[in-house]
Amino acid sequence: MGFFLETLLGGLMAGMLYSLVALGFVLIYKASGVFNFAQGAMVLFAALAMARFAEWVPLWTGITDNRLVTTSIAFILAGVVMFLVAWTVERFVLRHLVNQEGTTLLMATLGIAYLLDGVGQTIFGSDIYKIDIGMPKEPIMAFESTFPGGILINKEDLIAAAIAAGLVILLTLFFQKTSTGRALRAVADDHQAAQSIGIPLDRIWVVVWCVAGVVALVAGMIWGSKLGVQFTLSTVAMRALPVVILGGLTSVPGAILGGLIIGVGEKLSEVFLGPYVGGGIEIWFAYVLALIVLLFRPQGLFGEKIIDRV
Amino acid sequence: MFYRENGQFKTSYRADQQIFGITQDRVGVLLLIAFAFIGVPFLADEYMFRAILVPFLILSLAALGVNILVGYCGQISLGSGAFMAVGAYAAYNFFIRVDGMPVVLAILLGGVFSTLVGIFFGVPSLRVKGLYLAVATLAAQFFCDWAFLRITWFTNDSASGTASVSDLQVLGFAITTPLAKYLFCLSFLVVFGLLAKNLVRGAIGREWMAIRDMDVAAAVIGIRPMYAKLSAFAVSSFIVGVAGALWAFVYLGSWEPAAFSVDRSFQLLFMVILGGMGSVMGSFFGAAFIVVLPIAINQFLPVLGHLFGFNVDTATLTHAEFIVFGALIVWFLIVEPHGLARLWSVGKQKMRIWPFPH
Repeated sequence: MGFFLETLLGGLMAGMLYSLVALGFVLIYKASGVFNFAQGAMVLFAALAMARFAEWVPLWTGITDNRLVTTSIAFILAGVVMFLVAWTVERFVLRHLVNQEGTTLLMATLGIAYLLDGVGQTIFGSDIYKIDIGMPKEPIMAFESTFPGGILINKEDLIAAAIAAGLVILLTLFFQKTSTGRALRAVADDHQAAQSIGIPLDRIWVVVWCVAGVVALVAGMIWGSKLGVQFTLSTVAMRALPVVILGGLTSVPGAILGGLIIGVGEKLSEVFLGPYVGGGIEIWFAYVLALIVLLFRPQGLFGEKIIDRV
Repeated sequence: MFYRENGQFKTSYRADQQIFGITQDRVGVLLLIAFAFIGVPFLADEYMFRAILVPFLILSLAALGVNILVGYCGQISLGSGAFMAVGAYAAYNFFIRVDGMPVVLAILLGGVFSTLVGIFFGVPSLRVKGLYLAVATLAAQFFCDWAFLRITWFTNDSASGTASVSDLQVLGFAITTPLAKYLFCLSFLVVFGLLAKNLVRGAIGREWMAIRDMDVAAAVIGIRPMYAKLSAFAVSSFIVGVAGALWAFVYLGSWEPAAFSVDRSFQLLFMVILGGMGSVMGSFFGAAFIVVLPIAINQFLPVLGHLFGFNVDTATLTHAEFIVFGALIVWFLIVEPHGLARLWSVGKQKMRIWPFPH
């Protein structure tokens, strides 16, 4: 029982991280109808920027004893870099591709992904870097009185989960309560109608890509501090794709719940089913799960119902 | 002036139903094929065959298969790498497990198995559409990656997980020299290219295009979506499977599942979209572009670097390749979203009215 719960918790934590990446997909898809394959590259880019700035800031400013200050400066600098990325993408790519078909935009984001991978590694280097934001690493024991042996919980995971939850709450507030958030939702509903009542489409897109960039930064920071920052980080997008599909491309709660379902499913299947079929099944398990769900609900669990019109 | 159908009257059904209706087209294609079979072997050197021509031929065959599914039937697939892998491994198993199995038959049987797998993974397309389908086909990709890595029966229980073939012979001719490999692949490409060209202009091709343009409307006028979609998956994965078997047997010789990873699927999709969706010619253009581009960047960048006094090391080169590749794709999509095939058709139109602009 203790082992099962531990696996379950581990799955939930992994799922939280998937949700963070998936959130970036959903935000951009909702607001611009672009399926952004570059989200994984953005996570890598942001994490690289964060890791390197955290290294460089103490050298530049001479502050070496206060890590909180240097990390915050690095975070802000990385945020600025992500803003620049968002602006560049809007100015040089999206603006020229308005009204193109979905597949063309999809290809364009794949091109952006290559660009970001190349540029990021040229500027920030291509070694393996560590992000140390000072999260405690030692595990704690819980429920020792309930089960024999209790459950091992990683403090780092708990903090990561708290950060992710905070981010989701912030985003929800931003979308529901601010006028920019309302404008974003209007654009998501109908591009033309939004434009006709005077919402500047190009500014909105910069804002959305910025928000997605910040989400990527947070995701990259957490993944990076757990696994180290390296090129394979850009493949997390591949792990997060079934999450988006499972939850529905247009639903923020869907991305979060989908992430949790997939995270738990992956871990449980790997531990309890894996030994029978040779292991390593978490690579495809999420995809097959998403595929099966799609057969019954083609729009994902929480997506808007797709209505066919001639 | 020279490229006109004026005065070419069709007097029999046979003449009316030729693949290439215009005499200039027919002569042009025949000349092109003759040049590829006779002229190129005299012009190209060994490096050219090995590094450019053979990969180009095989990948354009694969791109042709993907184009039938994505370009003609409108079902975005990111699982093409998996279908290539199925073709390669099925052909491999037939080749080594059955005594005296001819190479060509093994490769075609690989295509047949790929067809079966393609139809199986095509079933979701009946309910799932667009981007959702694209991600659903990734399931095929990751499942096949895993299966060929973990199930050792597929690789004949080889210790390293590598499958390899040697001693390929067709009708007594050994396919070992680059020239023989080139001719072998070229024959496959010509046959399948003409077959595909013939297929997409017939009833089934028109059904695919109707489904692509609007599936509900197509269903209303009596096209069976299930038949049309699954047949597109079948034909596409057969061609892709054959290309996969060729890639493994002729180009690689010995290979691991990583040769058919998700990157390969993306690469094939790039070829189709850059080349032109829904165009047989476009598949060749796209494949040529994607095969030649990295080689060109590799050759060109160090030269450019020396010119400006930089010393370009390998890491920078890899990153620069990423950057140039990404930038070119984005630039290309902006200036010509319909692909290289569009330039081709614009050129053809210009040729028709030349030398008078109106």
